[in-house]
This record gives sequence, C-alpha cells and structure tokens, in this order.
Amino acid sequence: MAGRIVVPFGPQHPVLPEPIHLDLVLEDERVVEAIPSIGYVHRGLEKLVEKRDFKDFVYIAERICGICSFTHSVGYCKAIEAIMDLQVPERAQYLRTIWSEYSRLHSHLLWLGLYADAMGFENLFMNAWRIRETILDAMEETTGGRVIQGVCKVGGVRRDISDAKLKEMTAKLDSIGGEIEDLCHVFFDDASVKHRSVGVGMLSKEDAHKLGAVGPVAKGSGIALDLRQTGYSAYGSLDFKPIVETGCDCYSRCIVRAKELAQSVDLIKQAAANIPAGDIEVKVKGNPDGEYFSRVEQPRGECIHYVKANGSKNILRERVRTPSSANIPPLVKMLEGCQMADVPVIVLSIDPCIGCAER
Amino acid sequence: MHKEEQTITEVGVDNLVSEVSKMYDEGYRLVQIGCGKYDDIFEINYSFDKDCKFVNLRLKITEGVVVPSITGVYLCAFIYENEIHDLFGVSIKDIAIDFKGNLIRTSVKNPFNTPTVTKVKAAKPAKSENAAAAGAKPDVKSDAKPDTKPDAEKKKEEA
Amino acid sequence: MSGLTKSPWIIHYDASSCNGCDIEVLACLTPLYDVERFGILNTGNPKHADIFVVTGSVNEQNRQVIKNIYDQMPKPNVVIGVGICACSGGVFKECYNVAGGVGQVIPVDVYVPGCSVRPEQIIDGVVKALGILEEKRAAFAAESKKGTDTGANADAKKDGGN
Repeated sequence: MAGRIVVPFGPQHPVLPEPIHLDLVLEDERVVEAIPSIGYVHRGLEKLVEKRDFKDFVYIAERICGICSFTHSVGYCKAIEAIMDLQVPERAQYLRTIWSEYSRLHSHLLWLGLYADAMGFENLFMNAWRIRETILDAMEETTGGRVIQGVCKVGGVRRDISDAKLKEMTAKLDSIGGEIEDLCHVFFDDASVKHRSVGVGMLSKEDAHKLGAVGPVAKGSGIALDLRQTGYSAYGSLDFKPIVETGCDCYSRCIVRAKELAQSVDLIKQAAANIPAGDIEVKVKGNPDGEYFSRVEQPRGECIHYVKANGSKNILRERVRTPSSANIPPLVKMLEGCQMADVPVIVLSIDPCIGCAER
Repeated sequence: MHKEEQTITEVGVDNLVSEVSKMYDEGYRLVQIGCGKYDDIFEINYSFDKDCKFVNLRLKITEGVVVPSITGVYLCAFIYENEIHDLFGVSIKDIAIDFKGNLIRTSVKNPFNTPTVTKVKAAKPAKSENAAAAGAKPDVKSDAKPDTKPDAEKKKEEA
Repeated sequence: MSGLTKSPWIIHYDASSCNGCDIEVLACLTPLYDVERFGILNTGNPKHADIFVVTGSVNEQNRQVIKNIYDQMPKPNVVIGVGICACSGGVFKECYNVAGGVGQVIPVDVYVPGCSVRPEQIIDGVVKALGILEEKRAAFAAESKKGTDTGANADAKKDGGN
C-alpha cells in the first residue's frame, strides 16, 4: 500500500478546454479526496453594474459565458422586467424560447462531443460538432452571431424571425433529426461509451439533493428539477416534461443530455407552430427599483440572476449563481473513490463551465 | 408576465443556523447564498427551493460581525461562503472546507467591500470619498496601534 | 526545419475568456473548418507547439501560467491573441480583476479582434502567423549559422537539403 500523494490536475490540461485546478489526493490509483481551486478566469464582472447602466449591462451578462450566452441575457432581462413590471409581448417570449432551445441544442452537442473526446472517441467528437454547425448556422441566420447573439434586450428582443424563416428552420431540424438520432444511439448503445461511463462518478439521489446539484447532474440522479416547469418565457404554454434518469452515474448524465436534444427539437417545433403575431418589444421607461431573483434553466441547469436596484440607472447589485458553481460540490463528491484515469470523464460529466462558475 | 412569488424572511446571526436546519428538515434544497453591500450593511441572502417554491432567509450584518457557517447543515454552502469571504471580506466561522481566502484569488483584496459611492448629490462626492478614506484610515491605525503600543511600553520598561 | 510552417502545432490556453472564443478555436478543428487538413494540429503539450493561441485577458492568477507555457515552447514560435479580450481586455477591461491584453505578459505577434471571433478569422490569423513564423525561422537559422561552429552549420545544411 503506497502512501498518499497529491497530484495537481490543471489548470492547463489537455482534456480541459478551460482552466480548473484540482488537487487530487491519491492512494495508489484511487482518488481519496479532491480539492478544487478556481480563480483563473475570475473577472469580477458583477461589479461592472456600477459603471454600466442597466440596459447596457445585458451585453455584459451575455458574456458571462460564451456557451450559455443567450440564456444569461434572458435571465438578466427577466429580472429587470420583473422589477419594472414590464409586459413583454408574447411573440418576444416565444422567440426567446426558440433561441434558448437552440442554445441548448448547441451546448449539448458541444458537450457530447467533448465527452466523447474525453473518452478518446474522436470520431464521435467530430460528428457531434459537425451537426452542431447546422444549429449555429440557424443561430447566425436569425440573430447575426454564432455564439454571442446580442439579440435579447430589456423589454423584448431585437430581431424578429419571419414565418417563412421559421418554416425553413423547422424543416431543417427535421432533416437533421435523423442525424441527431443516430448520434444519440451511439451514446445509448455503444459498448465503449458504456464501458467508460456506467457506474463511474456515482452521485446518489440523496447526495445530489444535499449538495445542491442542478441541471443534468440532478436529472441524472433521479431529481426532476427543471425550471422550465415554472413556465417562464413561453414554456408555460408548451407541452414539456423534464427528462429524468436514475442511474446516478456519468452514463445517466450523458443520456439526459442526449435525450434533451430531441426534447429541444420538439419544443422549438411547438413554439414555431404556436407563435402569435405581434410586437417583439415593449418600451422601457424609467429605472428599476426593487429586487428579484430571476431563475432560468440553462443547458447546465438552474441559473440565478439576482438584481437589486434603487431607482437609479445603475443597479445596485447583480449576483449571478451559475449552474457550474452549484455543481462543484457534487463533483467533489463524485471524485471521491474514483480511479485516477476516470477523473477527466467525471470532471466533464458535470459539463463544467469555468467562465460561468467564476464570472 | 411570469413573476414568481418570492418570500424573504429576516433572520439574525443567533438563529441563522437553527432556521437553516428547519429548512433542511422540511426538505428544501439550498439554491445559493449571495451577498451584497449597501451603504454599511452587508445583506446575505440564503435561497432555498422545494418543488419550484422559492424561499429566502436574509441576514443583515455590519462590518466585523462573524457569521456562523451553515456547512454543518448544507455542505455545499462551502463554495458560496468562501466566495463571500473572498469578495466581501465577511468573516465566516467554521466552514467545513475553508479555503482561507484562496478560493477566488483576486488581484484586489475583497473587491466588493469598497466604500459605497453615493451619486445622490453632485457637491458631495469629494466629501464622501474623504469620509470613506477616513473610514479606511482608522482600520490602518487600529492595526498599527497594537504594534506601536507594546514598543512604547517596552521603551518605558527599559527606561 | 522548413517543415515547421507546413504543419504548425498549436497550443491553446484560455486566460480569462468567456468561452465564446475557446469554442470557436475548437470549432476550427471540426469538420466544417477542419484545419487539420492543412496540417495544423492542436496539442496539449507546450513543448510540442509552434503557435500559442491565447484567448481572454490576463489577470493576476493566470499571468504566471501564460508565462510558463510560453517559456516552455521551443523557439522560434509565434503568439496569437484571439478575441478582443486577448487584445485589450474587451468589455471586461474595467473589471477589477482584469489586467488587460496578453501583450502585457508575453510578446504577441498577431492580434485577432472580435467578440466572439469567427473561426474564419482565427484561421486567417493563423495563416498570418505562419508568415511571421517563417521569417523568424529564417532569422533563427541565419543566427545559428553565423554564431556557432561547424556542427550547427552542418545541421542547417541538412535542414536546407530537406
């Protein structure tokens, strides 16, 4: 029996696109304890509210993270709109829903690719990202941006999607639907995927609840936690049920995300079929005064934008709690007792977004 | 317009942990802990959720008050408590996994704990800055005093 | 050594980027853009790399990390700052924890502005960098020819022959 050794993991590591540092305490090949240390990407953007007025801050909020960018701007705008009691037009709500689901598609395809890459399955990585490009094309055609859209604003959205374009988009989704299905089947059935992820990185339902897991991490541990159930934007009028898996391992978290792809496609089609005509924005008068915790379901889980304002054009405090920071304690739990060689797969299974976690 | 109902209950430093334990026993999930500094008051919000019902406990403290950690109840609070400690300089006692100010290593210490700049009156900013500077100085002095006093006392003793 | 610019290897480090530029750097490798067909490879090891791609701005935490990676890279090499944050700090310039562009820590050869940068721009930047790499390589070869003994000369000749 070897003594304990501490192996540093990160911040610059071939498997990590982003810098996170973990001190792994090892006994032979087994991880006894993992101590995360972050701060490499901390920018301190919450403090920028003192320098930007509340309408301008949307573009900072959007740049908290380049993957959940659109959902961050929705979260922030929703907080301001709730404080100011703005009636955002229905059409804008539907458009936000459509773009949010496109973000989810792009984020989950990105993650499935990275996860495949962490397992050493490069072909699958390339395939996932190839399909993702068609999603980004749709984003670019409708908003003008691939990953940072800049289309959401306080009181509505900046651009409309014509009905003809919506038809074209759904037709496109139909045509790539088969490809997405094929891709998902590899994740569902492939022996090497199962070999790397079944029973790896266990997180029981109790632990997930106690440690405050959110998003696919919670859903993969049998907790039906999905804020789209609260019915913000247009989710209230769409048919939707959270996807839950009970395996509590990396495989379940992977399956949840793969199944959410089909769900997002379905939600986009529903929204495109039911979108009402009308304005896409409402005029914003005055400054916000009050406080609100705005909650949205991002691809990675529940995100909180807390805004407190006192009636001046600069809000007093914006606090963002991103899904990735909530999922760090569950990650520490998952890593306990795992093998050193499984660490990259487990770290990726929470879909860590360090840009989000540190802001 | 979708607006969630959000209740906020004020708690004190004494009953914080017992109130949090109550939430835990009722099956609530800890959503987040967030801090804000308004004038000289630190406002710490503890948010909980159960079946999409959103509830908050609010603790208001002044500078220097030590807040008990709730990691004994919700272990995951360590990430938020360390963050509040690093960004605001609020001291939190007995955090289960205490990074001792090294979770988010910022170039400026406690960046959010700056004197609040009030933009209410145009003539006053200079004054309020002075006041802020004056507010900062006593801290330095009080830090320095214990060092100088013993020296002085030593000299007396030597004499 | 002339093979250097035919098949440059790239190392990517995310300074304090929002991820937007990082995923676009990765997107360059994937089937639509596929820079690997030009021989450009992404590596995780600084000692294998010719081109250092940095996204995001510098802060106190990552200053040393960036410098370490740069120092470990073999010379000659080029540095590309990808995204407006790597150029100047971008929208986060005024944040307390952002010191500014990558140019503050290491010499940058090519700046690729944009928020977020498009993959086409990144590829364009890399192609620009290749020209600079070739110049540096020639200067490096000339330097080692001039200043060293016959052994180095023989090496240079061998390379020339290849």
